[in-house]
Amino acid sequence: MARFEARPSPSRLMMLGSPLIAALAMLLTSTILFYALGQQPLHAFYVYFIEPASTSYGIGELLLKATPLTLCGVGLAIGFRANVFNIGADGQLTMGAIAGGCVALYFQDTQSYWVLALMLLAGIAAGMMWAAIPALLRTRFNTSEILVSLMLVYVAYLTLSYLVHGPLRDPNGFNFPQSRMFGQYAMLPLLFEGLRTNLAFPISLVVVAGAWFFCSRTFAGYRMKVAGMAPAAASYAGFSDSANIWAALLISGGLAGLAGVGEVAGPIGQLQASVSPGYGFAAIIVAYVGRLQPVGVLLASLLMSLLYIGGESAQIELQLPSAITSLFQGLLLFYLLAADFFIHYRFKPRFTGATP
Amino acid sequence: MNPSSTLAQGPNPIPQLQLLGICKRYPSVIANDNVTMSVMPGEIHAVLGENGAGKSTLMKIIYGITKPDAGQFIWQGRQVEIHSPAAARKLGIGMVFQHFSLFETLTVAQNIALVMRQTPAQLAQRIRDVSEEYGLPVNPDRLVHSMSVGERQRVEIVRCLLLSPSLLIMDEPTSVLTPDAVLQLFEALRKLAARGCSILYISHKLDEIQALCDTATVLRAGRVAGTAIPRQESARSLAELMIGKELPVCRLTPRVAGEKRLVLQNLSLATSDPFGTRLQDINLDVCSGEIVGIAGISGNGQQELLKALSGEIRLAQRAAVQIESVPAAQLAPDQRRAAGLCFVPEERLGRGAVPELSLAENALLTAYIPANLPSSGSGMLRRGLIQNKVMAAFARQIISAFQVKCSDENAVAASLSGGNLQKFIVGRETMLKPRVMIVAQPTWGVDVGAAILIRQALIDLRDAGVAVLVISEELDELFMMCDRIAVLSAGKLSRAVPLAQTSINQIGVWMSGDFTGEVEHGQI
Repeated sequence: MARFEARPSPSRLMMLGSPLIAALAMLLTSTILFYALGQQPLHAFYVYFIEPASTSYGIGELLLKATPLTLCGVGLAIGFRANVFNIGADGQLTMGAIAGGCVALYFQDTQSYWVLALMLLAGIAAGMMWAAIPALLRTRFNTSEILVSLMLVYVAYLTLSYLVHGPLRDPNGFNFPQSRMFGQYAMLPLLFEGLRTNLAFPISLVVVAGAWFFCSRTFAGYRMKVAGMAPAAASYAGFSDSANIWAALLISGGLAGLAGVGEVAGPIGQLQASVSPGYGFAAIIVAYVGRLQPVGVLLASLLMSLLYIGGESAQIELQLPSAITSLFQGLLLFYLLAADFFIHYRFKPRFTGATP
Repeated sequence: MNPSSTLAQGPNPIPQLQLLGICKRYPSVIANDNVTMSVMPGEIHAVLGENGAGKSTLMKIIYGITKPDAGQFIWQGRQVEIHSPAAARKLGIGMVFQHFSLFETLTVAQNIALVMRQTPAQLAQRIRDVSEEYGLPVNPDRLVHSMSVGERQRVEIVRCLLLSPSLLIMDEPTSVLTPDAVLQLFEALRKLAARGCSILYISHKLDEIQALCDTATVLRAGRVAGTAIPRQESARSLAELMIGKELPVCRLTPRVAGEKRLVLQNLSLATSDPFGTRLQDINLDVCSGEIVGIAGISGNGQQELLKALSGEIRLAQRAAVQIESVPAAQLAPDQRRAAGLCFVPEERLGRGAVPELSLAENALLTAYIPANLPSSGSGMLRRGLIQNKVMAAFARQIISAFQVKCSDENAVAASLSGGNLQKFIVGRETMLKPRVMIVAQPTWGVDVGAAILIRQALIDLRDAGVAVLVISEELDELFMMCDRIAVLSAGKLSRAVPLAQTSINQIGVWMSGDFTGEVEHGQI
């Protein structure tokens, strides 16, 4: 009888290596897939994975898309480590974008980068406030933060939609549901001539470094880790449950809000009816693919960004359906979970009894 | 006790079970090395050994959970292979585990129905019958998660008895029973044995083995160290066979207690858990330089009392718990620790230590509070940052002072055996220089050598003037180390009497809730 047996000690090396294994398995599967779709696998891989990153513009786009994923992913990873499941990063991102956008539009005529600084702060504060709602309900009434934060995503979407259809609509915009373009001092400066990568990317690197420090060196990070691994040990040691919940939600909300400002003050340049193609949700996958480690999240968001961009070029050049992006994301997550399973269990083909 | 309970060897010379050359190797350790033994029908056969000697692995091999690397099973004279617990049960082998295999979200009857071909409703009556027959009270409709360790063990025993096995494996079954219940269990086991059922009885309680068992196989470091007829040996000689050297003893010298350090005053606590125990008007003083023991079976309010003491539950009346005259019942656990309280909980993995973290990181779990580390100042944290070197040095100190067997301070807590982890946790709390020390089940499932070390550490604390409160289900242990002893039964605490003025029998009567002989209720 075949069965699975728990391994006595799961390998630490393999735990770090499993995202790599998952990526390789995803490539193997996609080879078969490309054959079935009548594509030359090597050419398809080239179009999908190499071409987007083969020009400096492509790399710029890669970093641009990776930035919001990193910011949201790092915040979520810190929360997930403490067993606080903020699923509503996309809503906090949207609220951050709204707050940043309002500041930009209010100070339309101010000629100073203080506007930008104020936008970033407003975005962080708005993301935190949006995440504070599930935190308050969870600590006061023991409400599930998963459901509350998720439902608030749609409230945020509708708030943004109301604003760009109403009060903030550009009076000269032919009734399109979008605000005026932001002024020069409300835009994140570009890093390189001709690329769209902006200041938000180095900010995200600083956030990754800060998060790494927070998780590995600070006592607050330790308390959150213990609360996630063994809640009874945390309460035995006297770590406050509600402090952890507040910290986890405020950090992830603030970073998602920052990501929102980064979008509207970066590639978008105005408020539109939608400011995120679901970065806040993709960041959940990013957080887990990155093993809930800040540096891992950075790498995972680059991979996820490549999947997004490669998927677009595959649509254009190879006429593949747009579902291919979701398929690759799904494959990656599937293989990651499978690899994790085999790290903790091994396959016993036939369970034999005691034979000499 | 009754030595005539016994061997059906004469008329039936074929052993019930024979093990030949069983070997089991794990990556880091050889758990069983060429183990050969046989169990006769109707024989009560003890398997003795320290923690890590390979007893549990051997039993798991017999029960089909673990696959041996080499060796043969002969079951009733015929070679068999035991692929799985289901196969073992089919042969007629039942097992009562030391670590329980119950689903917490199911009721007792539902748990038992998982291994029976009957619905929970059909089983309920049989469960009541069997539990009454053997004097092991079990309510079939209760949810397991709300039950204490002791109550869960009763469920495990009843579950096995329902299957009427022909070989019953019992892994430390009496550690959570009252003396009276132990006698009742022994009666039940003798009844079973008289019907021809063999019993493999794993225990470290030598007096019980002498009272109950016909033969003993002693394991040491995975090998058979010898066999013995327990009734012909002394407890001491058995223990020495088991640990392979002379047994150290712990000494309790009489000592005058000092000032009151921990005071419980009219402590009452309603429970929100429908199966929890309500604490009623508990009064107790623990003084500097004495060990007070609280006896009683788990589920009589121990969990609630410990949480009220540690601060994991806070109480309305501030003076219900006083640490060195400071009302502390509303203080959080870290504030109570800062006031000088240290606490070793019953659950080692998941409460006393985080399984996935290293010993060094587990040292930080309670040693972060500056007030407790006068020697190194508030060394482990500086401006909210963890000082890794100080943390590791503290962990190394614990490891060497308490002889914790592990690779080094970077070993993960879950990789330690129960006894070694307990030594680490007791060590950590001891080295924090407590003013008041509370310990729950200090030696539950811990081998003889480690148990003596832990008890001696607590006695040393007492001699250094610390007020020590020990909550334990093991009366022998309490009688070995306490100055005064009280009993917690159904949420009520008896008065604490000096050891010289009571006896195991008296305490046993109190444990059933009948505090007779008590002149006044509450404090003296």
